[in-house]
Amino acid sequence: MDVKRSSTAAIAHRPVALVNARLIDPEEASVSQGGILVVDGVIRGIGPSIANGSLPSHAQIVDCGGDCIAPGLIDMRAFIGEPGAEHRETIASATLAAAAGGVTTILARPDTSPPVDDPAVVDFLLRRARDTGRVRVLPSAALTAGLKGAEIAEIGLLQQAGAVAFSDGAQSVRNSRVMRRVMEYARDFNALIIHYAEDPDLAGDGVMNEGEFASRLGLAGIPREAEAIMLDRDIRLVRLTGARYHAALVTSILSLEIIAKAKADGLPVTCATSINHLTLNENDIGDYRTFLKLAPPLRHEDERRALVAALASGLIDVIVSDHNPQDVETKRLPFAEAEAGAIGLETMLPAGLRLVHSGEMPLTRLLAAMTVCPAAILGLPQGRLREGAPADLIRFDPDEPYIVDPAHLHSRCKNTPFDEARMEGRVKLTMVQGEIVFEAD
Amino acid sequence: MLTASKEVKFPHRHLLGIEGLSAQHILHLLDLAEASVELSRQIEKKRVTLRGRTLINLFFEPSTRTQSSFELAGKRLGADVMNMPVGASSIKKGETLIDTAVTLNAMRPDIIVVRHAQAGAVHLLARKVDCAVINAGDGAHEHPTQALLDALTIRRNKGRITGLTVAICGDIRHSRVARSNILLLSTLGARVRAVGPSTLLPPGIERMGVEVFRNMRAGLEGADIVMMLRLQRERMRGGYIPSAKEYFSFFGLDEAKLDYAKPDALVMHPGPINRGVEIDSGVADGPRSLIREQVEMGVAVRIAVLEALAQHLPNG
Repeated sequence: MDVKRSSTAAIAHRPVALVNARLIDPEEASVSQGGILVVDGVIRGIGPSIANGSLPSHAQIVDCGGDCIAPGLIDMRAFIGEPGAEHRETIASATLAAAAGGVTTILARPDTSPPVDDPAVVDFLLRRARDTGRVRVLPSAALTAGLKGAEIAEIGLLQQAGAVAFSDGAQSVRNSRVMRRVMEYARDFNALIIHYAEDPDLAGDGVMNEGEFASRLGLAGIPREAEAIMLDRDIRLVRLTGARYHAALVTSILSLEIIAKAKADGLPVTCATSINHLTLNENDIGDYRTFLKLAPPLRHEDERRALVAALASGLIDVIVSDHNPQDVETKRLPFAEAEAGAIGLETMLPAGLRLVHSGEMPLTRLLAAMTVCPAAILGLPQGRLREGAPADLIRFDPDEPYIVDPAHLHSRCKNTPFDEARMEGRVKLTMVQGEIVFEAD
Repeated sequence: MLTASKEVKFPHRHLLGIEGLSAQHILHLLDLAEASVELSRQIEKKRVTLRGRTLINLFFEPSTRTQSSFELAGKRLGADVMNMPVGASSIKKGETLIDTAVTLNAMRPDIIVVRHAQAGAVHLLARKVDCAVINAGDGAHEHPTQALLDALTIRRNKGRITGLTVAICGDIRHSRVARSNILLLSTLGARVRAVGPSTLLPPGIERMGVEVFRNMRAGLEGADIVMMLRLQRERMRGGYIPSAKEYFSFFGLDEAKLDYAKPDALVMHPGPINRGVEIDSGVADGPRSLIREQVEMGVAVRIAVLEALAQHLPNG
């Protein structure tokens, strides 16, 4: 089913041509017929001229049979287990799941054990990714020392070591004075801050979205305002400090209003939402299904629709998988006691395609939010279908139907909210830097 | 005695909540309970419906009246009843609810009665065992047998439930009793009111088919039944209300506030009561109080529920 990563020397010198494809260019929002020529890990030719008969004789030719070719996906929020939670996920298992789902770049969350607040841990991650990863793994590092929300992390040294963004993972920096200093300091390094915005005091002991459904289930709720209050504070601090700020997850209309205002005012602000919040709502929790327990919680259907519209309009920049593997010990518990989180690397694209099939947005916009938009925010050259760009590519059939079987997912944990869901659209081939890292039968 | 073609009046294998029960099924349980009131008043109280069957009481939260009434109900129907001492068992040693369920299931009980501090915990357990499961209270979610015994008590005293106005007062936010009662009473056609300070009302309650009141005068006006709820001690100071004293002053049921209700209004409380916090002793022990009758009906209702579930037990 999948292809082991072979030695770079063998493949790097043999050109690969992907022919007879629908080329999805999310940067130009265009779709055309043709092929792509990959030489030495870089896109060297695109268009109708790349076809059988006009290729170098030693090129490896892949006939795509009319399937789509698009840039590989860039996932800005995934927990990949290492270091410290290898029972939940490893770089090997996460990147295999990613490759199978068409994700070619992962931004790893820093709230590991130990946390990524020391340049040596960044170095460790880069080495592990090089040795065991199938796709690109980029470390993000802690915003505050030890993720404790009290002191500024070594942002300069962490950046030098290779951290591409700064975040306290699943936690919000509660203290506004600390956040202000962090922002001021990060701005001097032009460092990107990715913040999970939720007022922990207002969220309290809530375990799902506040409202009628939570009340019927007898579960404590988290109001949308918990997210909006923290986000509003952050935006005011961005206005004060000029730091580059990316809201890790926005999930409500209130947050969208805040982001819209910030963008209209020209602040350096971007935001993401998760594939779960775009395709599921609080009612999916049903009979206390803990796989649907997420942080932030799934919201009301009205909020979900607003998120989809904001994604279509570009107000929301990025879709993340928010991949968060949890094993049975942390999920097979009463709802309030279960850990939050869902795996998502492997289902992000097919779940997103639901929005395309339902006519809620064009394919190019969906893919832009998973490719060129995160690339632009992170300052990466990939995520584009352009000559000279790294050949991180995926081939997929957007219409192929299948049913999600958790046993066939590659993550070490099986906590998918799409358990037995019907999907349309499947990745058939994934290429990273010109090398095929996954190929379906 | 075997009556082969006996019509199945209660189609459910478990009793996990009032949600999902039709008016017809609720009335069937109330009729069964009515019949067993007389049984419990006889000197010879034993029947054989559950002879040879095992009932396990699994209470993760301490309870006196619910647990003992299930025990009595089980014994009066001839079952062997085992009370699992949860506090002293392996649950405290890190065993999960699922582990406990699987262990108990291996002992092949016929019925498990469960109380747990977390909403949904009983549903989770019910998915992992083969026997019948009765919810004896899960977090702030449901307490179906309490709602049934309340309904039976109301019906015996008022002759009906349809058309009555029932004011449920106090800490509705944290109350499983309130949720089950709201569901049951509105299914049977009562007008249900929720009365309490906003901090003790669950968000979105106005969409649960009740009228909401923030003060006792308006909330009790015209009420046939005043149902008071217990205020947990840890919620009395600061978090949800300023103090027990202030709470009693505005929401505690005394003679003066009871006067807002209909002259023949009756008073209920699921117990145990906090005298001088949510209810005045004079009212709790007075002629309009149904509190003691509620306890008696508790046994009758639990007998009825066990009988109703017994018809689905294998080899029955």
